[in-house]
Amino acid sequence: MTGWLLAMVQTLCVVLFAPFMAGWVKWLKCKLQNRQGPAPWQPYRDLLKLSRKEVLLAVTASPVFRAAPYVVFSVTVVAVSVVPIVSVQLPTAALADVIVLVGFLALARFFLSLAGMDIGTAFGGMGSSREVTISSLAEPALLMAFFTLSMNASSTNLSTVISHLVQSDFILYPSLIFSSMGLILVAIAETGRIPIDNPATHLELTMIHEAMILEYSGRHLALMEWAAMLKLTLYSVLIANLVIPWGVAMTLAPGDILVGIVAVACKLLVLGALLAISETVQAKMRLFRAPQFLGLAFILSLLGMMSHIILEVG
Amino acid sequence: MNRLEHQGQMAAPDIGAIPGLLNNAGIATTEVTDIKGSALAVAIEARFWGEAAAVTAANHIRWCAVWGEHRPPQIDITAVLAGKNGHLLIRTTVPDAQGELPSQTPAYPAANRPERYVQEMFGIHFTSHPDGRRWMRHQAWAAEQYPLRKDFPLAGTPQEKTPPDCEYPFIPAEGEGVYEIPVGPVHAGIIEPGHFRFQAVGEDILSLEAHLGYVHKGIEKCAEGRDLPGLIRLAARVSGDSTVAHSWAACQACESAVGVTVPRRALSIRAILAERERIANHLGDIGACCNDVGFAFAQIQFSRLRELWQRQNAAVFGHRLLMDVVVPGGVSHDIGSEQINLMQQSARQLRHELQDLLPLLYEYPSLQDRLRTTGMLSLDTVRNIGALGYVARASGECWDLRRDAPYAPYDEVVVTVPSYSGGASSSRLRVRGDEILVSLELLDQFLTNLPAGEIWQAFPILEKACSGVAFIEGWRGEIIAYVHLEANGIVSRYFPRDPSWLNWPALEALIGGVIVPDFPLCNKSINGSYSGHDL
Repeated sequence: MTGWLLAMVQTLCVVLFAPFMAGWVKWLKCKLQNRQGPAPWQPYRDLLKLSRKEVLLAVTASPVFRAAPYVVFSVTVVAVSVVPIVSVQLPTAALADVIVLVGFLALARFFLSLAGMDIGTAFGGMGSSREVTISSLAEPALLMAFFTLSMNASSTNLSTVISHLVQSDFILYPSLIFSSMGLILVAIAETGRIPIDNPATHLELTMIHEAMILEYSGRHLALMEWAAMLKLTLYSVLIANLVIPWGVAMTLAPGDILVGIVAVACKLLVLGALLAISETVQAKMRLFRAPQFLGLAFILSLLGMMSHIILEVG
Repeated sequence: MNRLEHQGQMAAPDIGAIPGLLNNAGIATTEVTDIKGSALAVAIEARFWGEAAAVTAANHIRWCAVWGEHRPPQIDITAVLAGKNGHLLIRTTVPDAQGELPSQTPAYPAANRPERYVQEMFGIHFTSHPDGRRWMRHQAWAAEQYPLRKDFPLAGTPQEKTPPDCEYPFIPAEGEGVYEIPVGPVHAGIIEPGHFRFQAVGEDILSLEAHLGYVHKGIEKCAEGRDLPGLIRLAARVSGDSTVAHSWAACQACESAVGVTVPRRALSIRAILAERERIANHLGDIGACCNDVGFAFAQIQFSRLRELWQRQNAAVFGHRLLMDVVVPGGVSHDIGSEQINLMQQSARQLRHELQDLLPLLYEYPSLQDRLRTTGMLSLDTVRNIGALGYVARASGECWDLRRDAPYAPYDEVVVTVPSYSGGASSSRLRVRGDEILVSLELLDQFLTNLPAGEIWQAFPILEKACSGVAFIEGWRGEIIAYVHLEANGIVSRYFPRDPSWLNWPALEALIGGVIVPDFPLCNKSINGSYSGHDL
């Protein structure tokens, strides 16, 4: 029972932490560009503001358009809840399967893309088309990276994979390095960051994620934005706990949990800082370079799997 | 860095030879002497209007502008052509009742929209014009009303609510998978309004058509009945980012018309203002181009430089954009040695910073990957559509009034004109960067050698009606102003030709083969003025 309670509290905390993560990246980016920048908690104010605003619906909006923000947000929350964040011993561990996780993310994306096309504007359709193009390339790379990690632990369960990584001796496996690199590239593409997408742009014609949610307003927009922040946090947690798994609690002992919380928070802040740096030193890619970028992610993941089979098995 | 390529001029003849060319083709010309200013002027018969264009086009003479002037019961039509060292005005007269004129568009594609504009404003029908669609008129006045005729009321005919303009007939594209993307007139960013209609297949743009005119303010009509200072204040607002160049052009047109000699000191200060304006806008544009490809670092750096520069404008001249500093007969602000020092210091500081920043941008891989080969504009296209300024120079067409048809005080300095071949967005960025450095150099010369004396010369009382024309190199390119003053000193006609008239079509010409997400970059690298075009 405590386990379930803890799992729920953990999910709630991550959901509440996500806007800070997004704000943190933004704040650091501003600092790196010599700008004052809004405080890291600005996204909370934005979400609050949006939630109070009137919802405007296009006359052509179907129920799918209205339902999509709730579906996207709740599916993303469920996806967050199955990922081991501070401890591998939570009862949700049984659900923590990578294929399930990828499925949840795909479900959220499916509704997001539908919502983009629902109104019938050119921008929404363009955004959806770009989103599915990119994810059709990102998803195989993501699965391949996950499979490599799973093959190490002989399980597709995230908790098992993480425990295996933490408990085995510290050896730099080439497979882990390659698949981590693949995972990071996929995460950048999937969370709509530079160089694939620019979350700060106002240029309708260049948008991917923003183009799909261009028609949303009020609480609908707040949920869509929040879901995007959650996705950023979710991918950061995955990288934090799979690439640098140390610190994740192996038991439910209060001490271990405390260490787990501190560890994951530190890792997320560091990852956020790295993201801010990488976004500052690069321009956005040409859209048609994205397949190369994701192709690289796939090749890296594939290399990870090959090196595992060739070098590490047996 | 700072590789300045000099390319040969187009094989245009000397400006003085053009009337002879026309005569040889059987078109009789008579000299017109009542338009003062640094241009030749000839009158031809209306029936030769199209033919004359064909002759000059065949001789690589550039087409610049056309405007009308209603003098009941007739309408004077004036077109401007440019040879290798100056401008020629050709004028003709048509009756205002059912006036007809052969179009020059078949010879000069650049004349397409300007002629449609004249058609809407004066009710002259251009025969053999390939495009019969309206251009500037939306729904604010009726098709049979012609706002620039003298019988059209100055206040216009405003309706309680202007109907939306939904029926503009864009040229459709058909085929499997072709779809339309309507963009604007209201954009997500804080920019001026304009509508762009894309025909695309997937991400590839087949064609782009712009529909402008959303900021039509009736500048020319507003000018009617104004006194000189009022006209110049209006001219300063034709396009806010070119306020110095437009007010200088309007002032110079008036000064030529009346015969006022502006003191050298005032001319040098005008040049200082113009170069400061050029630098500020180029800084802003370089940053904005980088922003459009998601490279925020450069955008912030260049915004900072531009902001510092504009604060100094405010400190020295009292206005961030230098509005209303150029006044008829001179300038309104004198500068002392302390201010000269300040400006020289900031110019050195800017040059120092740019020496770090520009080479970085020119070679930054992820930025250049976006800019190079994006939005290529060939030299042939540039010549065909008569594009101006940095747009032309980035494609190898190296025309700069300050060097090729210099006006005071540029006749005393050597102006280097940077130019590149290729016409990609990266070249347009580079031309801007190089032009900043050239302008800093000029600025330093003008500040160092600032002549002593008055900064203003009063206008004499007018005795008779007069008209003048002026050509000024603004930061976007050549600006033309025509002014006609009545004997009482009141303006009866003002026509400003912003370079955007000829640069907007460049955007449409370069867009073939560009993908949809690269459009904002191409647009910014051309950066036409909506306001300067819409008038």
